[in-house]
Amino acid sequence: MTLLAVERIKLLTTRSPLWCTLLAVGLTVGFAALIAGVDSESPVTIASTQFGYNFGLVVVMVMAALAITTEYRFSTIRATFQAIPNRSAVLLAKATVVAVVSGLIGLVTAFGSVAISKLIVSEADLAINTAFEWRAVAGVSLIYAIAAVIAVAVGTLIRHSAGAISLLLIWVMLVESLVSLIPKIGDDIQEWMPFYVANKFLTGNPDLTNRPLEEGPPPSSAVLSPWWALAYFAGIAVVLLLVALFTANKRDA
Amino acid sequence: MIEAVGLTKRYGRTVAVDDLSFTVQSGRVTGFLGPNGAGKSTTMRMVLGLDAPNAGEVRIDGKRYRELHHPLRMVGALLDAKWVHPNRSARAHLRWLARSNDLPVKRVDEVLDIVGLTDVAGRRAGGFSLGMSQRLGIAAALLGDPQVLLFDEPVNGLDPEGILWIRRFMHRLADEGRTVFVSSHLLSEMSLTAQELVVIGRGKLIAQSSTDDFVAHATESSVLVRSPQLDTLRTALGRDGVRVRDEGEHLVVSGLECAEIGELAAANGAVLHELSPQRGSLEEAFIQLTGDSVEYHAGLDAPVAGTPDLVTSGEVNR
Repeated sequence: MTLLAVERIKLLTTRSPLWCTLLAVGLTVGFAALIAGVDSESPVTIASTQFGYNFGLVVVMVMAALAITTEYRFSTIRATFQAIPNRSAVLLAKATVVAVVSGLIGLVTAFGSVAISKLIVSEADLAINTAFEWRAVAGVSLIYAIAAVIAVAVGTLIRHSAGAISLLLIWVMLVESLVSLIPKIGDDIQEWMPFYVANKFLTGNPDLTNRPLEEGPPPSSAVLSPWWALAYFAGIAVVLLLVALFTANKRDA
Repeated sequence: MIEAVGLTKRYGRTVAVDDLSFTVQSGRVTGFLGPNGAGKSTTMRMVLGLDAPNAGEVRIDGKRYRELHHPLRMVGALLDAKWVHPNRSARAHLRWLARSNDLPVKRVDEVLDIVGLTDVAGRRAGGFSLGMSQRLGIAAALLGDPQVLLFDEPVNGLDPEGILWIRRFMHRLADEGRTVFVSSHLLSEMSLTAQELVVIGRGKLIAQSSTDDFVAHATESSVLVRSPQLDTLRTALGRDGVRVRDEGEHLVVSGLECAEIGELAAANGAVLHELSPQRGSLEEAFIQLTGDSVEYHAGLDAPVAGTPDLVTSGEVNR
């Protein structure tokens, strides 16, 4: 508990979480408002309100990566390891705190997106009833939390803000979608890309709302069932975090 | 007590610390002396368990740093005043440190008061001057009220006021019976602060003794000789057991008393303009001992702008 409190103090006494929260909420909820307001052809659904979750995801990952890379940048990681020589405990606490904050941001953005859509298109049916709808909305929180752990792990391994953030962004925005362009095996590889699989958890299979493809985040064709998809995504986060812990323990601070 | 045994640290092919063994006695101020790049900071990081030695180990009161429970209560350290997030306030910085070792929050205000930062505690640490950062670092070191304190070059870059403050502070800590291990490349600074000295060069131990012994043994007395006939004198002085250093306008002779040099000059018909005994300065002693082990030799013999005065850095700080 002590270490969680330490990491909470550290995270909340700098400005980046505040800015990142505002940015994540602004982008995601703003995009939901845009979809609800502009697209009058097709009905607003729960799925379509979550169209912009990827923007928030990217911001959350930037915040998570910065939470650890700035410690290396300003050598506060040394002050930290000096105060708490158990490095694994420190990094686990940091990953936990950042994941919880990211999860909360996820809740705010996801339900905020639903709320603003309802405000704009008051006649839309945006009641959250089905398992799919719950996953599509509340699930965003889980995905943000796990993605934050991945970002902390990558940040720990790379230690430089610019390097870690570029790697994460390039991976999420480019590599996972471009990998399908590889002839023959490209699609098979893409099915196992972590964020592509994570999307499966949110967009489901089959999509019970029968919404048209263009409404909502593009569905994932990953072969795993939604909950297995989440487990797979979380598993990757755990493996990366373990590698990061091992490295941090071996390395000079 | 800090005990280092056979401490060795390599970075690639460079050996930063080479089989270094020393002890820092409890309740005394021990100076850790060596030229820049001698491995002082690396050693201190190894003491704190931040860097892992390739061989050997350091123990603090018999324990490795990584085995300490709530280490800040036992060892306080200021290795670098800039190890602070610039956007975090001084108080917030101390608050998380205090929390990490289960220290009461009111201790934060106490240490802020001790170092005189209470008024700026809410300001972001990134805007602090070096002197203020240094005080914040000392506040952090004192948080757990530790018996052992480590400081790495605490007066580096400080203005005279800051230096005086740090120096007084060290004395105060020592008077309270704490163990203080402080590194510096300025012997004059150490001679004012430290009772014991651990001297290293190129990562190797050169000497460990009390400061008084070190100064007495290491500084040899010499005689400054000024004369229009320096060449004649130099030849006359050229015999066994006499070392003559040519400093351009004068000679510095060691191994002979003033009287002997005077007689030699008279016998050779040389006029003397000055003949004065020199008490070897601490810096000279330091350089004599570490002379071979300075990592980067500056071309001191090449005239850049007059004679480079090695003592300057120490004198200015005095």
